[in-house]
Amino acid sequence: MPETPSVGTNALQREASTSTNELVRVEHVSKFFPVQTGLFASLMNRGNVPSVRAVDDVSFTIHKGEVFGLAGESGSGKSTIGRLVLRLLEATAGKVIFDGVDLGKLSGGEMRRMRARMQIVFQDPLASLNPRMTLGQAIDHPAKIHLTKLSTDERKKRIYDILSAVGMNPAKAFYDLYPHQISGGQRQRVVLARALVTNPALIVADEPIAMADVSVRALLLDLMMKLKEEFNLTYLFITHDLATAKYVCNRIAILYLGKLCEVGPLRDVYESSVHPYTHALLEAVPVPDPTHRRTEAMPAGEIPNAINPPPGCHYHPRCPMARPNCSVDEPPLRELLPQHFTACHYAEELLK
Amino acid sequence: MPEDILYSIRHLTVEYTTRAGTVPAVDDVSLDIRRGEILGLVGESGCGKSTLGKGLMRLHTGPAKITQGELWFDGRDLMTLPLDEMPEIRGAEIGMVFQDPMTSLNPVQRISDHLTETIQTHEPEVSEKEARKRSEVLIERLGIRRERITDYPHQMSGGMRQRVMISLALALRTKLVIADEPTTSLDVIVEAKFLDLLKELQKEFGLTILLITHNIGVVAEISDRIAVMYAAKMMEVGDVKDVFAQPKHPYTQGLLRSVPNIKLDGAELYKMAGAPPDLSHPPAGCRFHPRCPFVMDICKEQTPPLEVIEGNQLAACWLYPSVMAKRQEASHA
Repeated sequence: MPETPSVGTNALQREASTSTNELVRVEHVSKFFPVQTGLFASLMNRGNVPSVRAVDDVSFTIHKGEVFGLAGESGSGKSTIGRLVLRLLEATAGKVIFDGVDLGKLSGGEMRRMRARMQIVFQDPLASLNPRMTLGQAIDHPAKIHLTKLSTDERKKRIYDILSAVGMNPAKAFYDLYPHQISGGQRQRVVLARALVTNPALIVADEPIAMADVSVRALLLDLMMKLKEEFNLTYLFITHDLATAKYVCNRIAILYLGKLCEVGPLRDVYESSVHPYTHALLEAVPVPDPTHRRTEAMPAGEIPNAINPPPGCHYHPRCPMARPNCSVDEPPLRELLPQHFTACHYAEELLK
Repeated sequence: MPEDILYSIRHLTVEYTTRAGTVPAVDDVSLDIRRGEILGLVGESGCGKSTLGKGLMRLHTGPAKITQGELWFDGRDLMTLPLDEMPEIRGAEIGMVFQDPMTSLNPVQRISDHLTETIQTHEPEVSEKEARKRSEVLIERLGIRRERITDYPHQMSGGMRQRVMISLALALRTKLVIADEPTTSLDVIVEAKFLDLLKELQKEFGLTILLITHNIGVVAEISDRIAVMYAAKMMEVGDVKDVFAQPKHPYTQGLLRSVPNIKLDGAELYKMAGAPPDLSHPPAGCRFHPRCPFVMDICKEQTPPLEVIEGNQLAACWLYPSVMAKRQEASHA
């Protein structure tokens, strides 16, 4: 393995991490996007631009070597968090600490060098690959930028090795192909290879198998888990599919309208969820077994608009357990059980 | 045609003309849709399930063309009708619900206009007032408040828009609804509620629904029967309970074991080798043979016909004697 490019950090930038086991710490991160309004409206509301609260005061940690799931429905803010973790978006408030370094304090150059250690894999591999670049060129692109100590031949050798590692054999045969010449599953393998070439510690996988065919998904997931062991990776696994998350995640965080509802070890969350939203979400997942029947009633309505989220607990208008104070007091995320966090005032009632 | 069959598709082939030659997206497919059932049509992307769905209404234009087959709907072969008579069947007798309701609804028309226009086009004798009244009753039944009928599509949520699509299909007492990935753009909780609604409508209106989806869980939840397509071919058809308990075709076997199940503990996902073939160069014989764990010599040469394996369960696989029998007939002839 070639050496990872060193990242310029001084003592000031290196924050004490609470545990050596921790790779990413997200602290009270928020991201508000201003809403585009017409000229008249913006003159009327000067200094008071409405915003979409895509991510609202979110905190969690990702441990080294784990698969941390981030799940929620569309518009919950899960992809935005993924981008905030990589500082592909600047946070409105809060900070992201990666391996002891506060990313917000890094300069452009330092951040660029840091990027070698954190990579992202998107949902659509065809959109992620330049149609005019061969697969080899695509993988070489980040290698050229980050692995400056390697010669052209050494880089080529490394790309062959990585192509084999993602199951694209014989690697030499694939090097000069273009993205349109291979299947969707193979494209996602190439995207993984490109993410791996700089030897990252963290991979943010944003719905990495959602576009793949059902019969191809299992192999892709299996590959991702093998690569995790082989390259000592940590994954932030973003998904809307709770059934898939079950097969890969060690811990999971459930998002609703930009806020965390529940965080905990996967098994604890799935077997005894301590937030009514998680409960409904798990119950709603279609089960591929005709003898299984859903028994519980589904919550009313749909996810409200993130420009004007309901006051108090965002979930209260749909919640079967809601009391008067739920529409006033915002529930903090608290540790109800060891390592199992909930943001519900009445979570105790859900304990079995 | 037996009384209980609403739609009988016989040997349907739909081909796309491309620069690389003709690609059969649906290749000699036969399927019966029974009155009052929900039939789940599943398959991976590009297997031809949506092309088949459109074929049932003869909706193909441009490069796609039905090159072979009969479409027996409620006693007559739609293929023998002049194409300009099809609009009377579409909407009135067969309704369609697509994946993305936003592209199916006119953004500058109110929901009420969509509904009254649909009713009055097919039933010109109905007055504006009466059509409006019928529309209001209908959307209320589907769980949308009466006042919302004057909304434009963008004012509604995704789940409500999909309910509007269903109401358009129901406005004319449609016999068959073809729903192509109706819940794919919906979030799971909304999806669950929409599926409950479909099931209720099936019972209440005696509706027949062809549910086209890639989501095996959705089929398990509400379908009575399931049809499995792979690379333009029908692989297996049967009652949902039978097929899930004992899938006959190796593709179905692999597919069902590779679907994540949130309720199942400990089981590993089955990792099917390979990927679906490129239909412009499909493999000879059985389309699934390059990925099949039970492949035999005959599979590489001859295409297996869809035959009854057991009870109501059909499969197209040389592993079964009833399918093998057809091969012998062919070689003697």
